[in-house]
Amino acid sequence: MSPVQVDARGLRCPLPVIRLAAAARDAPAGTLITVLATDPAARHDVPAWCRMRGHELREMTGVPDPPGTDASPAEGAHPACLRFVVEVRPQPSKGAGRGSDSDSSSRAT
Amino acid sequence: MAALDAGWADPRRLYAEGRRARALLDQAREVLAEGLGVRPPEVSFLPGGPAALRTGLEGLRYAGRRRGARMVATAVEHSAILTTGRYHAAAAEDPSLFAEVPVDRVGRVDLSAFQQAVALPGTVLAAVQSANGEIGTRQPLDHAHGLCRARGIPLLVDAMASLGRDTTPAHFDVLAGDARSWGGPGGLGVLVVRERTRWRLPGPVSESEHGRTDVEPVVAIALAAAEAWRQTQATRVDEAARSSALVRRMRTAAGALRDVDVVGDPDDRLPHVLTFSLLYVDGEALVVELDRRGFAVGSGSACTSSTLEPSHVLAAMGVLTHGNVRVTLPLTTLAPTLEADVDRFIAELPDAVATVRAQLGACDL
Repeated sequence: MSPVQVDARGLRCPLPVIRLAAAARDAPAGTLITVLATDPAARHDVPAWCRMRGHELREMTGVPDPPGTDASPAEGAHPACLRFVVEVRPQPSKGAGRGSDSDSSSRAT
Repeated sequence: MAALDAGWADPRRLYAEGRRARALLDQAREVLAEGLGVRPPEVSFLPGGPAALRTGLEGLRYAGRRRGARMVATAVEHSAILTTGRYHAAAAEDPSLFAEVPVDRVGRVDLSAFQQAVALPGTVLAAVQSANGEIGTRQPLDHAHGLCRARGIPLLVDAMASLGRDTTPAHFDVLAGDARSWGGPGGLGVLVVRERTRWRLPGPVSESEHGRTDVEPVVAIALAAAEAWRQTQATRVDEAARSSALVRRMRTAAGALRDVDVVGDPDDRLPHVLTFSLLYVDGEALVVELDRRGFAVGSGSACTSSTLEPSHVLAAMGVLTHGNVRVTLPLTTLAPTLEADVDRFIAELPDAVATVRAQLGACDL
């Protein structure tokens, strides 16, 4: 299974999640997808997508700014770019309802 | 209009018109005090709910300055609390001075984390909302108040989302509300400081509103707010039952959509608020599409905010922030055709969602 990369840097929500979902749709179960995103909503929405669609978030890390840029990260500041690694899980048959109540137990666990 | 004619004078003056204005202001105060289950001197009118909330916080903080400067709040509080708390912590260069207590997936405060947070020495206040106006979830004020009392820490309650729509909070030391939540005019906040609570603002004590603001209230606005409170209280239980039934129907309809996160507690919630987030939907596009069909809805998605940051409430809960829609039902007096409007919303929602998903080429994901 070859790893897949989704470069969503510079894209605004919901486009990073749409690109990720398109890559996951075409990938067999077990594929690791790496996503790069700069949109601040991706921090919340990539994990939420994994929970709602039953995939597994393996990693979420900040990507340091390249040397030479004068970004001085204050304490608690978000790094501009985030890197996610998602494992594609087997999907239910097409057409099945995928709505979820946020209070019901999460499908990813 | 009668209130404008009768209450134009300065209520602090001793001429007849001034005395008349004072009597009307006191009357408005008595109505609110009775409704909130407190004594009239505990009630002050401020220029707006957020102003009342921030003033409530500042007064507790200043009164507690000899014991410390640490403040505790839930992560889903109003920005008037969060920005003020972060400002003071940043100004003192000590991030530990403002603790933001996490919430669970439905937005309810983690009480064991809250208990630990208020136990730390130097804590002078805790802020918990009665319910969240964005997602509807109620907070366990009785438990939170008990945990605060065990440590001798005053509890500040933001009731801006619930007054007039939901049961009036009974567990607080300081409470802030906004007349708009009970169908009153804009520009009037109410601040309640219970008698035994240590509370004062820095500087000389103002003559206005028991020393809780420099701004003398507009008598006509206070009277209008009191009259709206009277009307809303008379019908509140029926209104709440009606709104709850409509929200329940809309929750079921939203939950039947594909790839949706219906947000907030399904039962222990405000009766008139509904929130859900949809995968592969641009929140701004959906708000515009629903507006085109005659529905005015809000959104907590980043693309609908001026800062491009998503709602801090949705983020703290760990729910989807994009494609977010928030429906707030108006009072029946303002919306006589509400049932029919909800029927039409339920009928049109699937097509509205399909339309905006198609715009993004996201129909088959």
